[in-house]
Amino acid sequence: MSDVIQHSNIRLPEGSIEKQTTTLNLGPTHPATHGVFQNILELDGERIISAEQTVGYIHRAFEKLAERRPLYQITTLTDRLNYCSSPINNMGWHLTCEKLLGVKTPKRVDYLRVIIMELARISDHLICNSIVGVDSGAYTGFLYVMQYRELIYEIYEEICGSRLTTNMGRIGGFERNFTPLAFEKLEKFLKEYPAVLKEFENLFSRNRIFMERTMGAGPISAERALNYGFTGPNLRAAGVDYDVRIHTPYSSYEDFEFDVPVGSTGDCYDRFLVRNQEMWQSLRIIEQAYQKVQAFKGADAEIFHADVPEYYLPEKKDVYTKMEALIWHFKIIMGEIDIPKGEVYFPVEGANGELGFYLISDGGRTPYRLHFRRPCFIYYQAYEELTKGAMLSDAIIVMSSLNLIAGELDA
Amino acid sequence: MALTYEHIKQRLVEKFGDQVTGFEEPYGMLTFEAPKELNLKVLQFLYDDAELQFRFLTDLQAVHYPDNTGRELAVVYHLHNLADNIRMRFKVYTEIGKPDVYSATALYASANWMERETYDFFGVNFVGHPNLKRVLNVDEMDYFPMRKEFPLEDQTRIDKDDEMFGRGGSII
Repeated sequence: MSDVIQHSNIRLPEGSIEKQTTTLNLGPTHPATHGVFQNILELDGERIISAEQTVGYIHRAFEKLAERRPLYQITTLTDRLNYCSSPINNMGWHLTCEKLLGVKTPKRVDYLRVIIMELARISDHLICNSIVGVDSGAYTGFLYVMQYRELIYEIYEEICGSRLTTNMGRIGGFERNFTPLAFEKLEKFLKEYPAVLKEFENLFSRNRIFMERTMGAGPISAERALNYGFTGPNLRAAGVDYDVRIHTPYSSYEDFEFDVPVGSTGDCYDRFLVRNQEMWQSLRIIEQAYQKVQAFKGADAEIFHADVPEYYLPEKKDVYTKMEALIWHFKIIMGEIDIPKGEVYFPVEGANGELGFYLISDGGRTPYRLHFRRPCFIYYQAYEELTKGAMLSDAIIVMSSLNLIAGELDA
Repeated sequence: MALTYEHIKQRLVEKFGDQVTGFEEPYGMLTFEAPKELNLKVLQFLYDDAELQFRFLTDLQAVHYPDNTGRELAVVYHLHNLADNIRMRFKVYTEIGKPDVYSATALYASANWMERETYDFFGVNFVGHPNLKRVLNVDEMDYFPMRKEFPLEDQTRIDKDDEMFGRGGSII
């Protein structure tokens, strides 16, 4: 018996021919790895014996950069974490700042934020679930839902002018009010999307091929998931109903009625179903929030930021015409304002799990230390355990169903 | 009865006496520290105790305080009790010359990469970690970039000639 066989733990019947394992570098920049992850797989035929993950190919030192930047300039860094749902990162970062600075936001701002965050969650789940479809060989769903992600991006575009890395939040609220066209597009989305989602579900959830590809692939028990630090849909698929929106409500989530879908087996199929159901819940929340926003009349309907001139940029037309506004604008942009001393941990329910911001301020202009708790980074270490003993084709689908985003993984 | 910060503090003091110090609640989160030799004992106690049950490690990272002689590096654990929904923060300080801290990987699988990241950026040597190597940076790196002795370039510096970098210069 050679070393290879002992190393790979394969028990061979007496007299059989010697087996050899193959080392396969899956990625980086392989289409199936959704970004730049490297997986060094040891294969026995098509069965995975061990997997080692290497990350860091697009590490951009966000935490270090944040130490030299005033609070506003960090917004652009957070956008580039989970770029599939960047508004959630934006809002999470500004909520962290608001907690540190003691800024209280008006209700209308909270509701608008909820609308945006849930739209972002839908667009994130949409991509994740349709990619699970693509990886199991069904391209149709992906093509079909893409136009509705486009519609969500058009809503962003109406609000802030950009689509992917939106940079739309500000400390205390939004950069500008939602335009009537943004609301029109939102209405269009609310009207058309349920039918699309229904059809998307029909395409996959009882599809024999899809079920056989995903059921039993990459399962994890509730206990292991908790020990691995799973959060978000991946944890809920394992049967734990932990949701930051319920446990630590922020931005008026306590005003809304919604359910937390949970699975039982924690396999790829359950993760898919949990995400699908979450999209329905997000639609429910958006509808409620939209009703609440519409209930504001007169001057109240124009509020889109808190009244905090120390942190909120003055209006551009004032900057051009009024000396005071120009001074404040300059002071805020150049980070001339010291932030209070303290340390804050603020979690939000990102589209793929608990996204936390740990901010330590020593009273200077910039954070002394900023750490992002990035859910992807925490999921990916369980990858070996999830794929051990599975087939190579399962490894691909496990990866896509974990909703790993390279930008967030590497920060 | 819901778990309160007061009660957690009392239990910790009962168990560890004056070894656990620095209780405070900045922005509403209970924070305390213990000597670094005790970090596993404290974590184990918080994990096992039938009342406390802090079984979820939310986050683990380090902070560098270069002026804190003998306590330059702080390793910060964010723990979460999901049953009672209480979060808390636990810190251990270590000197930078000998940054050995016991690894929490045996208790929490999630600590594995978080400790690797902390080692990668701050050089905290987690004793007992199964695979303590860099995770985001290249293996050949021989320094720890998040320490304060490697500051980013000051954006207001004036000694640099921008023309050498293809920007600035005269517009006339």
